[in-house]
Amino acid sequence: MLAAILSIGGIGLVAAAALGVAAKKFAVEVDPREMAVLEVLPGANCGACGLPGCAGYAKGVVEGTIAANLCTPGGAETVEQIAHILGIEAITSEPKVAVVLCQGDNQKATAKYRYLGLEDCNAAQKIADGPKACPGGCLGLGSCERACPFGAIEMTAEGLAVISRAKCTGCEKCVAACPRQVIRMAPLDAMTHVLCNSHDKGAAVRKYCQIGCIGCNICKKTAPEAYVIENFLARVEYQHHLDAAVAVEKCPTKCIRDFSTGYPQGSSFPPPTVPLKRDAAV
Amino acid sequence: MTQKTFAGGLHPPDSKQFSAHKPIERCPLPAELIIPAAQHIGAPAEICVAVGDLVKKGQIIANAKGFVSVPVHASTSGEVIAVEPRLHPMGRPLPAVVIKPDGLDQWDESLKGNDPEQLDVATLKDLIRNAGIVGLGGATFPAHVKLSPPQDKTIDTLILNGVECEPFLTADHRLMLEESARLIDGIKILCKVLGISTAIIGIEANKPDAIDFLSKECAPHKIAVQSLKVQYPQGAEKQLIDACTGRQVPSGGLPMDCGVVVQNVGTAAAISDAIRLGRPLVERIATITGPGIKEPKNLLIAIGTPLQHLVNQCGGLNGEPAKIIMGGPMMGQTQLSLEVPAIRGTSGVLIFREQDLPQMKASPCIRCGRCISVCPIHLQPTTIATYARLELVDEAESYHALDCIECGCCTYICPATLPLVQSIRHIKGGIMAKRRKL
Repeated sequence: MLAAILSIGGIGLVAAAALGVAAKKFAVEVDPREMAVLEVLPGANCGACGLPGCAGYAKGVVEGTIAANLCTPGGAETVEQIAHILGIEAITSEPKVAVVLCQGDNQKATAKYRYLGLEDCNAAQKIADGPKACPGGCLGLGSCERACPFGAIEMTAEGLAVISRAKCTGCEKCVAACPRQVIRMAPLDAMTHVLCNSHDKGAAVRKYCQIGCIGCNICKKTAPEAYVIENFLARVEYQHHLDAAVAVEKCPTKCIRDFSTGYPQGSSFPPPTVPLKRDAAV
Repeated sequence: MTQKTFAGGLHPPDSKQFSAHKPIERCPLPAELIIPAAQHIGAPAEICVAVGDLVKKGQIIANAKGFVSVPVHASTSGEVIAVEPRLHPMGRPLPAVVIKPDGLDQWDESLKGNDPEQLDVATLKDLIRNAGIVGLGGATFPAHVKLSPPQDKTIDTLILNGVECEPFLTADHRLMLEESARLIDGIKILCKVLGISTAIIGIEANKPDAIDFLSKECAPHKIAVQSLKVQYPQGAEKQLIDACTGRQVPSGGLPMDCGVVVQNVGTAAAISDAIRLGRPLVERIATITGPGIKEPKNLLIAIGTPLQHLVNQCGGLNGEPAKIIMGGPMMGQTQLSLEVPAIRGTSGVLIFREQDLPQMKASPCIRCGRCISVCPIHLQPTTIATYARLELVDEAESYHALDCIECGCCTYICPATLPLVQSIRHIKGGIMAKRRKL
């Protein structure tokens, strides 16, 4: 009995001593600031900063190899906290949100052919440039929805991607996932957008979409500062986005949407409010 | 005769009875011919005619650009009425020359035939290239490139592909029965160019008349005819080489890596015309068939004939078409409309109605392994397809996704009707994109 206690206890003591020595000798020094930065990062590992995850970004920021304001999901608040930890001046960038520039769902836009292949926009786009007659419209197979790390994108029953302005953190993953460049980044406070991505002439657009921009210039005439027309497609000049809302009613095809009145048809998201929290940080 | 074959593959219903007994018929010229500049693998040809030009049959209307490229010729005499993008079988508008036939169908007088015995190999290759000869099995790879192996590769065998393993198609079958003189002449020219004497014609055993006939015809010319088991994809290049010679093309390699050149029987016949008569590739044989066609036929068509015209020649549509396929049902390309023209690679046009199409509803993989046992390349389609779904490019590459020949056996056999070959094709694109980036 005694021999057993002594031998087991002895092994325990020797092993403890060895572990103690090893812990001191092979200790990995971690900059305490790195841990502090990691604490304030959102922890989504979305990769918006360009690094594989939040830990990598924290290391990069502390080592000074990467700018401190690249965490778009964290927004201005996170940048300020990082700046506080590192004792540097906070340079926040304007908060941005992704917008799907299309409202042509399966009801409103015509199909070029019946697509029965993979549920993936990139695969569909390779077959005769996509099943939609419109060369720029949303294909509605949900590649962006699957790419979004924040669950901010929903596909409507009629096959249109809608991005929640409340949940979107501006990481741009969906922009990279879309084969048709129909998702664009826009300032968070700009609520009015031309939701069309077709550069075809008006007559062609009318043939395949009920809600596409026909390049009629009426918005430009109503609010000359706020709109530009390029290649038969209007877009909002975001420096003057506050003036853009007046043209919403004038648009003959209703392709201009003021998001404060709600999301495109079929979306289940509650109508967005004009952002205040992240806006104030600018 | 013993039937040779390869490991893997399957046997879909061959459905060749619609047109196998129909002799080749010349299709009359349509009101306008749409001749795209891109009709082969490689750089598209550069259009060199303008609206209003009068062209003769066989005149070059687009010049080859680079080594892996061939010129494009006018398929009849007439007036160029447009040079503009037109809907191409690829599914998008691409540059094309539109010719209004004058009805005279006059050959360009400058085209002259030659005796192949009097010409050297380099001249023969030039003539083949200038005649726009491409692989007529459907892949349209320029023939002169296959005939120009690098110095360090020794070629000892020429295999003629008369397998026609795709269901429905009978164009090569009819060519072997009706045009054997041109075919044999073409084979002799090919042997001269390659400097070899061993030539094998591989024919699937569902064409016994062609095997018997060609065996008799070829005997005096020392050309072997090999009967092959009815098994899809027997006509795929690598499987055909395996079946005929027992040699394996290495992963990522070409037939020339194991000393073989494969050409379609139609290509050999076209090469005979190109040398003996000096006539470029302006027409081909295509099978117009499928349950959506009233009278399926084998037609000799001018390149650039719109599909609608071909359908009209075959008694018109038999009900509302739901799917138009250019090529065979396993590997052919679905078409957007009957406005597209038939091009050099058009071995057939298949029309299906709604009731002829299977209702596919994919369900989860049950891990039965049938796709693995039928894969002629011995890949694991279900594993690669899973990696494709998860966008794991490196893992898919390590399972040799790039060796996939996209024959479609895995998708055909899958009891869960999973889009396996579609997924693999998708991830192949991802692997190629990654390689371009590096």
